[in-house]
Amino acid sequence: MEGFQNSLSVFKRELKSYFESPVAYVFMVGFLLLSGFMTFSVTRFFERQAADLQPFFFWHPWVYLLLVPAATMGLWAEERRTGTIELLLTMPVTLMQAVLGKFFAAWLFITLGVALTFPIVITTCYLGNPDLGVILCGYIGSILMAGAYVAVGMLASAMTRSQVIAFVVSLLICLLLLLAGWPPVTSLFTQWAPAWFVEAVAAFSFSPHFESLQRGVIDLRDIAYYISVMAFMIAGTHVVLENRSAA
Amino acid sequence: MLEVRDLVKRFGPIEAVKGVSFSVGMGEVLGFLGPNGAGKTTTMRMITGFLPPSSGAALVGGHDVAREPVAVKRLIGYLPENAPAYHSMTVTGFLQFIADVRGLRGKAKASAVDIAIQKCRLETVRQQTIGTLSKGYRQRTCFAQAILHNPQVLIMDEPTDGLDPNQKHTVRQMIKDMSAEKAIIVSTHILEEVDAICTRAIIISQGKIVANGKPAELRASSPTGRLEDLFRKLTLVESGDARTKEG
Ligand SMILES: Nc1ncnc2c1ncn2[C@@H]1O[C@H](COP(=O)(O)OP(=O)(O)OP(=O)(O)O)[C@@H](O)[C@H]1O
Ligand SMILES: [Mg+2]
Repeated sequence: MEGFQNSLSVFKRELKSYFESPVAYVFMVGFLLLSGFMTFSVTRFFERQAADLQPFFFWHPWVYLLLVPAATMGLWAEERRTGTIELLLTMPVTLMQAVLGKFFAAWLFITLGVALTFPIVITTCYLGNPDLGVILCGYIGSILMAGAYVAVGMLASAMTRSQVIAFVVSLLICLLLLLAGWPPVTSLFTQWAPAWFVEAVAAFSFSPHFESLQRGVIDLRDIAYYISVMAFMIAGTHVVLENRSAA
Repeated sequence: MLEVRDLVKRFGPIEAVKGVSFSVGMGEVLGFLGPNGAGKTTTMRMITGFLPPSSGAALVGGHDVAREPVAVKRLIGYLPENAPAYHSMTVTGFLQFIADVRGLRGKAKASAVDIAIQKCRLETVRQQTIGTLSKGYRQRTCFAQAILHNPQVLIMDEPTDGLDPNQKHTVRQMIKDMSAEKAIIVSTHILEEVDAICTRAIIISQGKIVANGKPAELRASSPTGRLEDLFRKLTLVESGDARTKEG
């Protein structure tokens, strides 16, 4: 209970700090513009004549790729650069409580951005008769996937004092995790590698686990996958911060 | 109240603190003196639980920092070197956050913040963003953070650094006023401060304690009867041979 209170204090400060700087607004606008542009102009949402949001969700992994590292790069790097980490870690909170507080703040922040895309749902309802269950499932999948991106970004941010390095590193790791299971890339492998190998590599990737959720299928394995990625990255952050030799 | 036993800290090949032992009781103000790079900050970081010692132990109020870090952190108020603070927050917002992580709620929180603001004369800047404060005000904000929960143990790394003469005087007065019911450690480069506020002083050089005693005793052991000459004698001779790293 007290541990929860501690995490909550860190969580609130972190979330507030997003809105105290222009980061939040730049991020929200960027997210809406990018996802809107991709959905409507690149995929030609209206011309498809189908009342579902698949072209919308299709772009989420790519929009996250750019924007989530930007939202998470400061989580620890900035604390380390300015030395406030010395304050935070000498408060009566455990390192894990601080890590969790920050992680959930960043995740909720991204979730707020995703939630702001609700007009597209209304538009689809107005134009056709979409399956709302499928849409809800797509949102759940997208938010889970965002959590995995946030966890990767937080780990990268814990490793350095430079936000730029944190950004580039988390973008690269996310790209790797994204591409490992992306059909155009896996098809390159299938030509020479055994099928089990391709599947094993793909199993580590974000994309196949998002695909079924996007189609409205809730498979516990996909949910378990995202949760384990998050748990792994959170544990990694803890290890990295515990073994830092200075700020 | 506070006991340090044979603390050692190694950063790779560098041995920054080489077996430091001392204790501080209630009502004592311990001055921590030493040339740049002597290991004062590193020692304080080990006591406050920010850095784990390579060997040795620090006990605060009977708790070992390594084993019960949260219990120790609850007892300590800490002003780190260079007074870090979250630059995007306002003074009040920052102090409220600290009160929050320190477990203060409701009325207790509001009054703790108010008292700290009053004591540190921050009324005029309470709604100002910390990033826009002058260095001295930032120092005082961080000082306010350290005394907010009325801690039994107060550890301050160069608390008067960057303050104008009036403020230096005020801070010294505050330390003196609080000293009766606290155990306090203050590091400083200003030797007059030792006479002004400390009941005891330790001179540390190259990670080792080279003198420990009441200000009057230290002065008596100085060749000229002045603290400054004792300091020079003890720390210049010791660091006479090649220590280039400090440049
Ligand atoms: N993270 C680190 N990695 C490597 N060496 C370090 C690290 N932190 C401190 N040191 C070294 O440890 C020694 C003691 O540093 P410390 O900051 O404790 O000195 P100090 O007494 O506080 O000096 P000052 O009066 O300049 O503040 C220095 O030689 C410093 O270079
Ligand atoms: Mg120092």
